[in-house]
Amino acid sequence: MAEALRMPIESGVPDPMPLMHPTLKANFGEWKYHDRPRPGVLRHVANNGDQVWTVRAGTQRQMDVSTIRLLCDIADQFADGHVRFTIRSNIEYMVSDESKVKPLIDKLGEHGFPVGGTGPSVAMISHTQGWLHCDIPGTDASGVVKSLMDELHDDFTHENMPNRVHMTTSCCQINCGGQGDIAINIQYSKPPTINHDLVANACERPTVVARCPVAAIRPAMVNGKPSLEVDEKKCICCGACYPPCPPMQINSPENNKLAIWVGGKHSNARSKPMFHKLVAADIPNNPPRWPEVAVIVKKILSCYREDAKDWERIGDWVERIGWPRFFELTELPFTKFHIDDWRGARKSLNASTHIRF
Amino acid sequence: MAKKQHDTPNLDQLESGPWPSFVTGLKRLASKNDMAVDLMGQLESSYQDKKGYWKGGTVGVRGYGGGIIPRFTELKNEDGTPKFPDAAEFHTLRVMPPAGMHYDTDTLRKMCDIWERHGSGLIAFHGQSGDIMFQGATTDKVQDAFDELNDMGYDLGGAGPAVRTGMSCVGSARCEHSCANEQKIHRNLVNNFLDDMHRPSLPYKFKFKVSGCPNDCMNSIHRSDFAVIGTWRDDIKVDQAEVVNFVNDKGRKYVIDSVVSRCPTNALSLNDDNTLDIDNRNCVRCMHCINVMTKALSPGDDKGITLLIGGKRTLKIGDTMGTVIKPFMKMETEEDYEALVEIAENVIDFFAENALEHERTGEMIERIGLVNFLEGVEIDVDPNMIASPRQSSYVRMDDWAEEVEKWEERKASGE
Repeated sequence: MAEALRMPIESGVPDPMPLMHPTLKANFGEWKYHDRPRPGVLRHVANNGDQVWTVRAGTQRQMDVSTIRLLCDIADQFADGHVRFTIRSNIEYMVSDESKVKPLIDKLGEHGFPVGGTGPSVAMISHTQGWLHCDIPGTDASGVVKSLMDELHDDFTHENMPNRVHMTTSCCQINCGGQGDIAINIQYSKPPTINHDLVANACERPTVVARCPVAAIRPAMVNGKPSLEVDEKKCICCGACYPPCPPMQINSPENNKLAIWVGGKHSNARSKPMFHKLVAADIPNNPPRWPEVAVIVKKILSCYREDAKDWERIGDWVERIGWPRFFELTELPFTKFHIDDWRGARKSLNASTHIRF
Repeated sequence: MAKKQHDTPNLDQLESGPWPSFVTGLKRLASKNDMAVDLMGQLESSYQDKKGYWKGGTVGVRGYGGGIIPRFTELKNEDGTPKFPDAAEFHTLRVMPPAGMHYDTDTLRKMCDIWERHGSGLIAFHGQSGDIMFQGATTDKVQDAFDELNDMGYDLGGAGPAVRTGMSCVGSARCEHSCANEQKIHRNLVNNFLDDMHRPSLPYKFKFKVSGCPNDCMNSIHRSDFAVIGTWRDDIKVDQAEVVNFVNDKGRKYVIDSVVSRCPTNALSLNDDNTLDIDNRNCVRCMHCINVMTKALSPGDDKGITLLIGGKRTLKIGDTMGTVIKPFMKMETEEDYEALVEIAENVIDFFAENALEHERTGEMIERIGLVNFLEGVEIDVDPNMIASPRQSSYVRMDDWAEEVEKWEERKASGE
């Protein structure tokens, strides 16, 4: 007799309370203040005097089960068996006994997990899937992050920046990594190469036409087959046509380049949230370690560290010193491509005599 | 014992250096399972050729129309067979974590056991949308893996034109800045829309994110369509004794340069006796002074949330931030939570009916105008929705008197 097929239990988002560290749970909504005894460690104090220490450690984010089990062993043997993860894929161990903090840090260090990412440090880089898993990537994600964090390891384990630095990487121009103080994104430099024989089979043509931000795509008969053609004078090489139509291949090992954007901020602190702005482009996509990216990122960080005031995020800093000074300090070239021409661009132009000399 | 590992000279270079190496982890998996061996083979090819080799497809679990990210290899031999056959299918299960991403080791170990049995052994904590990503299962294993995770109490997350997995900050669980029960709001919202998550039929994705204070650690103002941000209505709470301690510790110059002068609305003033005056009427709750002087300053007691709608990333019209739709809502009673869910229902219904295919909520608002959106979701205009009134005179205003009457009625009814 056939068994009834198992239907899903649509349980939704699980309740975290049963999994929460008991001190967190007992003081839910009753926290008073926190401080940071050392980089990578937070100490929160509740209204009733309870304290909890959080040790934050960087991970690979893409973790094999051995790594996860090791992190669990450390949690069971050196912490209180309860962890959480941050939005940037760091692991956090909560302990209610201060004497556990140092042995925990030592153990994590022994296994190569850097303790840091708190306060004014360079936080772990938000990133996505790249060549490991994405279907439209122009480059890798985990590899870029590993390479960069190797270079920035000390900035993660120390709190030497004027304020936190949130970096992101994205492996195509859709930018799943999101806005950041520094964002490293693919920037395509050529229109797609179209395989006209496959378009009719693989693509819903009206959908693809609608995706183009500049209406550069139109249906056409090519080689006797229904296909799509791109007005290359209009095309801004964004790659939006590629996901719905893989025969419109935007990726090119030769022409994929990287661009660096600076000044994004989601927080409302001191200034309203801001979008990052283009500062560098035409950077080679050079696996396995992308050295050219690291050079520019480290230069930007060193200028920021030297010149910014306490508590200024990169965006705040540049707003204060002005973009001409940013290009001067970082020695990055300024070109016609830095001047915006998209909708709303007028707001980005200097309509004043506010000039620093 | 797995098959022989491929040579991976490029990937090998990512094993050196102080940051934890995902390649070392992959090699550990590859020593035990063929899928990981071939995953590394394909990844190495990508590094050599500078090309990705995955394509999508259709893979699902019974009862759901989304939540599995299908991946089939495009890297084929001349005869059409996959070059790396044991990773020819490498699908991902997106699984929603507990709100706030809290785990105990028992849970994590069980997840590892399940994934070792059914998949590659590679798990990402977490994806950008907030899912646990169980990466690497063949089509025939996806259902079994899901069934076991589901039996554990976990559910698939969102993918495609659907409500997506949400995120909430650590908030009330640990943070003194928390102005709301973030995980309750997150669960109330997302769990009300599981149908729209698991059976995608919206014009495009829709994301909820909840941050407990205007620091917005969940990046909700930009990365979500429906951003719920904790805030307060009354005065900042000041412990003047702690303020004085802070000033004595850091010096007046530091406090003036790093706190007082950074207030975006000049609402702070340091008195001669080192206490702090706050012009609360002009405080915009930016959190800076509270961030710096966490022992001395904290959010007020009349807490609630600000609701912003319409954030999105790049495609078609560029990036948008959410717009304030509700400057303040209390989140105390069950009715309060229901009111928020009702707004979400109205917004999603309106979005479902009025957005074009592949258009995000923020794009739709840009196209039709905020006022049309507000009328559609039955929310009254509010000056907190704008940074400034219109600068363009190109508008037809025959109905001015009628609209003023509406405003006056609202004022009279005490809103």
